[in-house]
Amino acid sequence: MKTFLALLQRDVTVLIRDLPEFVMRIAMQPFLFVFVFGYVLPSIGQVKSSYANLLLPGILAASMMMAGVQGTAIPLSQDFGAIKEIEDRLMAPIRVSMVVLEKIVMGTLQAWIAGGLVFPLAWAIMRSNLSLHVTSFGYLFLYLFLVGLASAATGITLGTIISPFKIPLMFATIIIPMIFLGATYYPWHALSNVVWLQTIILINPMVYAAEGFRSVLTPGIPHIRMLFTILGLFGAVIILSGIGLRGFIKRAYS
Amino acid sequence: MAEQAEAIIDIEGLKKTYTLDSHRRVEAVKGIKFSVKTGEIFGLLGPNGAGKTTTIGMLTTRVKVTAGDAFIAGINIRDEVAVKRLIAVVPQQNNLDRSLTARENLIFHAKYFGVPKRVREKKAEELLEMMGLKGRQDDYVRAFSGGMAQRLMIARALMHEPKVLFLDEATTGLDPQSRRLLWDKVRELNKGGQTILLTTHYMDEADELCHRIAIIDHGEVLALDTPHNLKRMVPGGNRIDLELPEVPDRLVDILRGIDRTGEISRRDEEDRIILSVHGGQGLIPGIIKAVQETNTDILGVQLHHVTLEDLFIHLTGRRLRD
Repeated sequence: MKTFLALLQRDVTVLIRDLPEFVMRIAMQPFLFVFVFGYVLPSIGQVKSSYANLLLPGILAASMMMAGVQGTAIPLSQDFGAIKEIEDRLMAPIRVSMVVLEKIVMGTLQAWIAGGLVFPLAWAIMRSNLSLHVTSFGYLFLYLFLVGLASAATGITLGTIISPFKIPLMFATIIIPMIFLGATYYPWHALSNVVWLQTIILINPMVYAAEGFRSVLTPGIPHIRMLFTILGLFGAVIILSGIGLRGFIKRAYS
Repeated sequence: MAEQAEAIIDIEGLKKTYTLDSHRRVEAVKGIKFSVKTGEIFGLLGPNGAGKTTTIGMLTTRVKVTAGDAFIAGINIRDEVAVKRLIAVVPQQNNLDRSLTARENLIFHAKYFGVPKRVREKKAEELLEMMGLKGRQDDYVRAFSGGMAQRLMIARALMHEPKVLFLDEATTGLDPQSRRLLWDKVRELNKGGQTILLTTHYMDEADELCHRIAIIDHGEVLALDTPHNLKRMVPGGNRIDLELPEVPDRLVDILRGIDRTGEISRRDEEDRIILSVHGGQGLIPGIIKAVQETNTDILGVQLHHVTLEDLFIHLTGRRLRD
């Protein structure tokens, strides 16, 4: 346990040291979305002001996903890259699977911080267009918890299978599609005219994240039933952590 | 047996096979067996690809064992967490934490091992001093030269007072001065009782530093002994080369008559003949006297010490650095 906490402390120290950079990286995307879609477009009459409501849960999910993936995949693929910086931590007197768990905790933490940044941003920029009804804080926190874990688990999986040189490619081919095809900027039920897409994107954990947040923040908008989004997120956490753990262990030993 | 009692590493038929694909396998380590005694500097000497790093990898839990057993201070290396507590590794490659300063690299490493705050701060101070890095302790390690990084990695390894320190090709790629400095540090540590297992493909490094050496090639231990005894395995031993303008017939007979002379060979060059006499360096006065008896001029005398390289060539027919 001491070792686990020390590993966590190392990552937190590094994170705090790069805090301005970290905040910029994490806050830029939600800021732009909130600003353009929640303020600029409604102000010039391009979208209805109610679009802000539709958007917020999606932005929350997307920001958390982005932060969780970046917070795990990038350091991990560098750790395992040419430098093998992670070796010293692999030599720490702790099981290798605990090193993975520490990375997941760290990614989750970053996703939470990102999620935490979205609320004040949204309030500051588009509060006039926003009407949130939090149905249950208990469920809101459950979703924050699960989405954080799912994003970190996604990051672990990507970080162990992708080489450092291919990080930009990962964003272009995996993260961006995940966000754009994740019911982020439109509710899942609205896709009923494009059934094939509606079906395919069910493999994307982002769908369960965005729809889950909709169910607790904007219950008025049609959304996937809570039970399914919770199960979907649970499934994503378990499956992706499993794959990530296996990938990590495979890389950790030769 | 007393020798058994003080063994800290016991390797019993350790084997590693890598499966490249369904019908191609590489036996990197083929069931090696040796033990390392407490307080010794033990060297694994062999060319690149001999299986040294794989062996160290298995002993340090980074490589999964295919077959066989090894014990460090009585603990099976399959018990990874327990073994990791007892050991430390300095790799060839700089794997310092680039997000941290030199001192933080040491402090965090100690934290991973649960070293109490006061102890780790004192220890970091001492080790930075010892490794000559005191003035650079708050610099990020990104800017460190190869030699400095290597010394910091040794300092880091010592933070949790390991029972065995593994140095895996730790001086490869360093300039001669940094290498010498590192050798001094290794000797200093060993004087303080530190057991060290190192791998190298530099025969001079093995010869100068190690109490005992295992010569390893193609995943097998070919010979294991003290450097002195290993060199005695080379037939003929030291060699004395005589440069002569001519070689009278009776000279060879006289030389053969000298006690302990080994094989004598002759090589004709343009303006001289090189006569090589195998044997100890104690033969030189006798040989010179013999030459003078035949009234032959001596153009030059050279003594060639046997090196571990000679032994490697003798054992494998190849040079170490091929």
